[in-house]
Amino acid sequence: MTRLPRPRWTHRRRRLAGSALLATLGLALTACFGSSQGGANDDPNADVTITFWHGWSAPSEVKAIQATIDAFEKANPNIHVKPVGNITDDKINQALRAGGPNAPDVVSSFTTDNVGEFCTSHAFVDLTSFLDKSGIDPKTTFPGPQLSYTQYNGNQCALPLLSDAYGLYYNKDMFAAAGISGPPKTMSELDADAVKLTKSSGDGYSQVGFVPDYHFYESTITHFGAQWAPTYFDSSGKSTVAGDAAIKSAMEWQKGLLDKLGGYSKMDKFRTSAGEEFSNNNAFMAGKVAMMIDGEWRAGMIDDSDSKVDYGVAPFPVPDDLASQYGKGYITGTIVGIASTSQKQNAAWEFVKYLTTNTDAVVNFANAIHNVPSTIAALKSPQVSQDPNFQQFIKIAQNPNSTTTPASPNGGDYQLVLQNLGYDYQSGKQSDLQAGLDDAAQQIDTNIAQVQ
Amino acid sequence: VTVTATPRRTAGTTSDAARKAGVRRLRRRERLRNVAFLSPWLLGTGLFFLYPLATTAYLSFTKYDGFLSPTWNGLDNWKFVFQDYPFFWPAMRNTLWFVVVLVTLRIIVGLALGMMVIHVKRGNSVLRTIFYAPYLAPPVAGTLAFVFLLNPGTGPVNTILGHLGVSAPSWFNDPSWSKPALTLLALWGVGDLMVIFMAALLDVPKELYEASALDGAGALSRFRHVTLPHLRPILLFAVITGVIATMQYYTEPIVAGQVASGQIAGSGNQFEPGYPGGSTLTLPQLVYNLGFQKFDIGAACVIALVLFVMSMAFAALLMRRGSGFLGAED
Repeated sequence: MTRLPRPRWTHRRRRLAGSALLATLGLALTACFGSSQGGANDDPNADVTITFWHGWSAPSEVKAIQATIDAFEKANPNIHVKPVGNITDDKINQALRAGGPNAPDVVSSFTTDNVGEFCTSHAFVDLTSFLDKSGIDPKTTFPGPQLSYTQYNGNQCALPLLSDAYGLYYNKDMFAAAGISGPPKTMSELDADAVKLTKSSGDGYSQVGFVPDYHFYESTITHFGAQWAPTYFDSSGKSTVAGDAAIKSAMEWQKGLLDKLGGYSKMDKFRTSAGEEFSNNNAFMAGKVAMMIDGEWRAGMIDDSDSKVDYGVAPFPVPDDLASQYGKGYITGTIVGIASTSQKQNAAWEFVKYLTTNTDAVVNFANAIHNVPSTIAALKSPQVSQDPNFQQFIKIAQNPNSTTTPASPNGGDYQLVLQNLGYDYQSGKQSDLQAGLDDAAQQIDTNIAQVQ
Repeated sequence: VTVTATPRRTAGTTSDAARKAGVRRLRRRERLRNVAFLSPWLLGTGLFFLYPLATTAYLSFTKYDGFLSPTWNGLDNWKFVFQDYPFFWPAMRNTLWFVVVLVTLRIIVGLALGMMVIHVKRGNSVLRTIFYAPYLAPPVAGTLAFVFLLNPGTGPVNTILGHLGVSAPSWFNDPSWSKPALTLLALWGVGDLMVIFMAALLDVPKELYEASALDGAGALSRFRHVTLPHLRPILLFAVITGVIATMQYYTEPIVAGQVASGQIAGSGNQFEPGYPGGSTLTLPQLVYNLGFQKFDIGAACVIALVLFVMSMAFAALLMRRGSGFLGAED
């Protein structure tokens, strides 16, 4: 029998193998549990390329952001921007944790909901020192709601990159046919007009005045609720939805209107047959719905489509007891920040500064993609589209009573809890609204405690 | 005597010790050789099963968001998931519903189709293709098609049922009908089981059917006493793989829920998990949502472990009761 030579595991080899194993484990654990940290020590005048992640994907939007990038590169010839489009928040979250050479330097997100998470986790760097260095006072540069949704607990980890304002779209032909002279300004007027504009047909509708169903497009509790100005959280970060009358009033109004129009089941059946929100079959664009809440982008979509709807835009109605605040609305928008893993933070800041504070850049980009500008100067600029419908949204964005949903350390979780309560309340599954709000407040606090 | 005996005894002891040492060396070499032969499997199991399992178990006792290093928080995640997380128990109930109903129906329908196809004289290859083809459809495309077909307002199914005077349900938009609708979708793609059952059915010796027929056994009796015993290993295989696959049921319910809800997540507009009314929420959706969207990795690991233990328990129970893949008669 041939004997195989016995391996000689010398002490030195054992030690080497042990070291290699430990190093491998160490690398693996580093990959799992941590990511490299960047810094703001780079030379902003050096010739660098930064990676910019954004969510725009439509050809016209990609063209518009590329035009903004081209203008920036012309003004800053040493900084080159490599854009990567069609990025979602899930991808952003995962990439920022993974780090590595392909991770982005500048990141923008379509939703404001994750700002609290980006700030508390330090995924985005606090921009306060950059703003100071550049002599930019955020309070005089950005409107209040935009400043609110880009920071959490004093950490300004993002800046607004264009805004969205919500208003009421109404079908002028349907209004004329129903003998209604103008858009409603209070919730009572909205209810009356919605009933007048709704036409039943069998067990369904041939036309609906307004669809308050929370599953319909932008008819969410947070979009409606903005008209009652809820606070959502107190100064210690605890949920206020149980004690604040705003959300309760908004939910009661929504359920009341739903009942006036025939009830949840009938309306939800109509909702399931309404076309896709972001298509030409959109129920408002198809002439099936007389009024709806939506953002400024809808005007651009209607104008670009073959829809024959003769529409008007107005601020969304306010509660009767807040009639003096008519003109306000829900504000949100795209945000942009610098990844803390970036090794080129100074160069990245030059780009973020240009995107968010250069009036020409903000106005041109806003006009190109039918969004509301996000700086005070840009909102006042005569270069902003003077289209009367679009100007309604400019006014809503400038209204001092307009509000947004605040940042939270676990993203939009509190909105999800409220939304689920809304679904249960509108369908009758939850009949005691106050008990539901009490439970919701407790759940919101529990969920936040879990991540802190 | 004593003078000569001592060296002889010493020599004998030395020789025994050397022989024993040689045997030990030989055994050690054999063990090393065995380990060397097993090393690819050991490496794979260690890297892709034991290490992730141990890491998952460890992380379930930590607070970890993917940015900062995990910090030990004891049983907090377990308490949160079992006591405070409102989606866990509904998702558990839904998952178990799918395990019981969907797996059972898939096996029954797969077997029935298999038996039908092998008994059809003409055109059985066409039937086989027709029944197998849906299995090849991408899950997202299949689910989208079903959601549009079963749309309560505009879908052709409800339109036809309406013309027939039947009050049609709202399918993916009704909490009572969303799971049955998903089950219909799963039955539409039952071709994989049909093919496996067909192969097993063709393997049953014809003489046994002839002998039992001569003994006066009817069709039901022949199925019970001849067909079923031969299908036992395949049935067991179908049940175990079905249970494991259902424990990972993710794509179809999340796509159906998202499309039927008509909601697109965004600012002030959260995606509703398990639409409608949480009826399509399954445990794997929670793992993804907690682990890769909210980055509450500790809580996600708790649910992953629950799924692992449930899958193992189901498999062990079935293997034990079914006496392994070979079946009791073999």
